[in-house]
Amino acid sequence: MKNALGSVDTVLLLGGRSEIGLAIAGRLAREGARKIILASRPGPSPAPAFGGAEVHHLDFDAADPAGHGAVFDAAVKLAGDLDVVIAAFGVLGDQAAYEEDPQAAAESVGVNLAGHVSAGLHAARLLREQGHGTLVVLSSVAGVRVRRANFVYGAAKAGLDGFAQGLGDALHGSGARVMIVRPGFVRGRMTAGLPAAPMATTPDAVARAVAAGLRADAGVVWVPSKLRPVFAVMRLLPRAIWRRLPR
Amino acid sequence: MTFLTGWGRTAPTRATVARPRTVADLAAVLARAPGRGVAVRGLGRSYGDAAQNAGGLVLDCTHLRSWTLDEATGLVTAAGGVSLHDLMTGLLPRGWFVPVSPGTRHVTVGGAIAADVHGKNHHADSSFAAHVRSLTLVTADGRAVTLTPRDPLFWATAGGMGLTGVIAEATFACVPVESSWMRVDVERTGDLDETLAVMTATDDRYRYTVAWIDLLATGRHTGRSVLTRGDHARRADVPAGRDPLAFAPAARLKAPPWAPGGLLNPVTVRAFNEAWYRRAPQARRGLIQGVAPFFHPLDGVQGWNRMYGSRGFVQYQFVVPSGGEATLRRIVARLSSEGVVSFLTVLKRFGPGTPGPLSFPMPGWTLALDIPAGRPGLAALLRLCDRWVADAGGRVYLAKDSRLSAAALAEMYPRLDEWRALREQADPTGVFRSDLARRLDL
Ligand SMILES: Cc1cc2nc3c(=O)[nH]c(=O)nc-3n(C[C@H](O)[C@H](O)[C@H](O)COP(=O)(O)OP(=O)(O)OC[C@H]3O[C@@H](n4cnc5c(N)ncnc54)[C@H](O)[C@@H]3O)c2cc1C
Ligand SMILES: NC(=O)c1ccc[n+]([C@@H]2O[C@H](COP(=O)([O-])OP(=O)(O)OC[C@H]3O[C@@H](n4cnc5c(N)ncnc54)[C@H](OP(=O)(O)O)[C@@H]3O)[C@@H](O)[C@H]2O)c1
Repeated sequence: MKNALGSVDTVLLLGGRSEIGLAIAGRLAREGARKIILASRPGPSPAPAFGGAEVHHLDFDAADPAGHGAVFDAAVKLAGDLDVVIAAFGVLGDQAAYEEDPQAAAESVGVNLAGHVSAGLHAARLLREQGHGTLVVLSSVAGVRVRRANFVYGAAKAGLDGFAQGLGDALHGSGARVMIVRPGFVRGRMTAGLPAAPMATTPDAVARAVAAGLRADAGVVWVPSKLRPVFAVMRLLPRAIWRRLPR
Repeated sequence: MTFLTGWGRTAPTRATVARPRTVADLAAVLARAPGRGVAVRGLGRSYGDAAQNAGGLVLDCTHLRSWTLDEATGLVTAAGGVSLHDLMTGLLPRGWFVPVSPGTRHVTVGGAIAADVHGKNHHADSSFAAHVRSLTLVTADGRAVTLTPRDPLFWATAGGMGLTGVIAEATFACVPVESSWMRVDVERTGDLDETLAVMTATDDRYRYTVAWIDLLATGRHTGRSVLTRGDHARRADVPAGRDPLAFAPAARLKAPPWAPGGLLNPVTVRAFNEAWYRRAPQARRGLIQGVAPFFHPLDGVQGWNRMYGSRGFVQYQFVVPSGGEATLRRIVARLSSEGVVSFLTVLKRFGPGTPGPLSFPMPGWTLALDIPAGRPGLAALLRLCDRWVADAGGRVYLAKDSRLSAAALAEMYPRLDEWRALREQADPTGVFRSDLARRLDL
């Protein structure tokens, strides 16, 4: 149960190797979470230090929606109520390559959007039954206004952001919530080799913002927070200018 | 479906609420208990999540309201939902008083037993359950069982936070009083050591005692206090012209509905504390006061808990055993130096506890304070205090708690497993559940 000061007991991380996701889970563990479940595709498991928390592993493939229900069932068996579900899986990919390989592009959207739709709806059903709990959705500023430079990824994030908003509205009054996280450029594995965008941030900064958002029952969290006013302006830029933005 | 919180208004969760009017209703509801279980609720005066049940059912027992007094023996038999307010209203004019009253009289008999509540007379009279002769518990299978202090389940229920079953009825001994008035002595102390010394030396002269601590005072004034101690006034003490057995608490002021988030903020709370200490006389003896202002000063302002704003507040109450004074000093000094401002910080000396494995009181010192939940760094500060309390062999009070960890609880209540075994016997399938139970792995 989330306590009066916003600490939680149990966390399910979908995308169990995600750098950002692990940073969030680690932070929640330091703030008192007792059970952390890392759900990822089979492979070498990270062994992060989660303080005294119990850590469990489950197999989870975002691209296999038919298997998602079983993942939640297994998570509940391990942890009881799920206080926080973090949906952190995603692939960035390469825009130029996607333009050459439409099938690969569609498959990435299968993970970045369809995978979240399936996992998100399963999570929502469970949290609604519990009468409490938060689904944390890793969206991105890339979906706030889609750019030429990564529009396959951006389109999926735009779809995901819209889905998460709708899901949050659907859960309104149920006791369960959706928290949308919109980071800008986060230095890390996913962005390795890319030149950092202005106002670049870190997985730890995202984790801090998410933990604060949980305490305050925030619906949307921008990281860094000044991206919110920046994007209020970005949204209004004329298309002719937006199109020419380098990245 | 309704959102419920405790008195601190933190961590709301949603549940279906059922309002049984009879024991038969109760059994019928339990027979249809949903998968997420059933929590029992009285008047919701516990501060945290003890009487809520996310996604499940909550049994609001406040409609179980009948009670009788046997004037020959002073035994009251009351349904679990009867409030101490109703009891006082009925008992005082007949010359009787409840054995124990917490700092609010708007609690139910069921809540008073489930939390094994204490009052200002703990050093003299122990806690509520010590006065209970028998109780009727409706268990998970819908059966009503009568328990006496000889039954282990009785003591798992006293302090058991509603997790063994529904207290449908209880019989307890009341106290004869000559008047409905209190004869009160007030004095100020200069620091914490003086407070402890005065209470240790002279508390036994009074049935009711409490110290209000000024957390704003630092340095050599740390822990300065206003001591309020009293007894039921004799009939001869009651000033002429006053009805000796009247009980008509003043109409309650309402906290304004617009009371903005944070009307009780550091500035106003500071001002209040300053005034409270200054206003108290250096020493005043033989003050004649009504029961309501003496026992329940906060009940005078209806809904005062709303004044902390939308994030709500946390009440932190712990006890350290006698001999743990160093820990008490350390915590008071730490809270004072961190500038924690609390509306009311109350210190009380406890006498012997009851045999309940989860009952809170033990001989020693208990301190209670309230802090806005939004205060930065609060979680870490209270975790540190938990550490000190546990190391001193003390514990935190579950009826007030909304943020303790399961690990700290297990350290503080060494008889937890004994309680779990009794609870398992009474409710093998875990029908009775609450958010508090989930949070603390009870
Ligand atoms: C201003 C204020 C001052 C207070 N001062 C004191 C004090 O001085 N000393 C003290 O000890 N406490 C004090 N309290 C706390 C209060 O006395 C307890 O929390 C008490 O349990 C509240 O009773 P309730 O009827 O409101 O129960 P609730 O808050 O509704 O429930 C409390 C617990 O009792 C259980 N419960 C309630 N009814 C039943 C029943 N019929 N059968 C089984 N379980 C039941 C619930 O499941 C829950 O676990 C104070 C509270 C306030 C708001
Ligand atoms: N990094 C940024 O700049 C940035 C900015 C904004 C938003 N985001 C979003 O934040 C989230 C986390 O990103 P990150 O920075 O932590 O990147 P990351 O470390 O690359 O994490 C992404 C994770 O998604 C997992 N994943 C990919 N496809 C999957 C599938 N089919 N099934 C299960 N898991 C799958 C990956 O698993 P494997 O380990 O098996 O590959 C990887 O662990 C992503 O949704 C990302 O889009 C990132």
